[in-house]
Amino acid sequence: MEPLIIEGTPKTPSVRFDAQQGLVEIKGRSIPENSIEFYKPLVDWLEKYGENPAPLTQVNIQLEYFNTSSSKCILDVFKKLEAIFKAKHDVIINWYYEEDDEDMLEAGEDYESIIRVPFKMVEIVD
Amino acid sequence: MSFNFDAYYKKMNTGDIIVSYKGSITTEMINNMLEIVESRIGESTEDARLRKKVYNVLVESLQNLYHHADELPEAIRGEFEGHFGVVVVAREGSGIRITTGNFIKSDKIKKLKDKIDKINSMNPDELKDMYKFILNHQKFSDKGGGGLGLIDIARKTGSRLNPSFQNYNNEYYFFSLEINVTN
Repeated sequence: MEPLIIEGTPKTPSVRFDAQQGLVEIKGRSIPENSIEFYKPLVDWLEKYGENPAPLTQVNIQLEYFNTSSSKCILDVFKKLEAIFKAKHDVIINWYYEEDDEDMLEAGEDYESIIRVPFKMVEIVD
Repeated sequence: MSFNFDAYYKKMNTGDIIVSYKGSITTEMINNMLEIVESRIGESTEDARLRKKVYNVLVESLQNLYHHADELPEAIRGEFEGHFGVVVVAREGSGIRITTGNFIKSDKIKKLKDKIDKINSMNPDELKDMYKFILNHQKFSDKGGGGLGLIDIARKTGSRLNPSFQNYNNEYYFFSLEINVTN
């Protein structure tokens, strides 16, 4: 399966999905006016990946900002990962937040309480 | 007395203004404003937490305008551009004040007012629960956040939303929202 690589922009994150390595990575800012358009290929890729996933999928989410329009799309991404986890494949979601960014930590905890996949909150210290 | 836009805009523009805009709300305008505010607040605000909160609240405020500012009827369009909105960002004590304004159809007012009243009546835990419920259970429109923007602003600022609704004509009101971001 082809990896999905998208370069970041000031309003959309960089994306690195690699089936062989079991790596799912979203980094940067996610504040587009229309998030559905941006996230559709990501959700589609994960849907397909779920048919034959790696034994362990490592998910790294490292967002500086995300808007509420992206929040639902990020949940859709997590729901695809939850389906993989429910099918007895290991998945771990690493949610990165900058030191003292309590809002971003809380956002991660919101997702953790909705999605039945192990989360790890990772504080980034400069 | 009917709404006087010039007097309103003048009043909005008092104090220590960082950036002020009136006109059409477009993606390009949003990008420009975010860039300006980020660089100007970055210069003067040592406090990274406040800077982030301001940026977050401004993104939601601008995108609320982008998605919800009503298209004006021909009769008013001479005076105001089609997708018209107002944004003022100013320093207020040790915090930042963000004010937005837009025309809204009269029949939408009750729903918006009720929503803001409800948000203002909630404590942080209730806001968190409401946010999570909408996130998980409500289908979003193509437009965007399914009404999460105001709840997110209230959660991040921890302060009340200050709305005002002023009658413009039979069909339209001018809706203004003041948000105070402090640390």
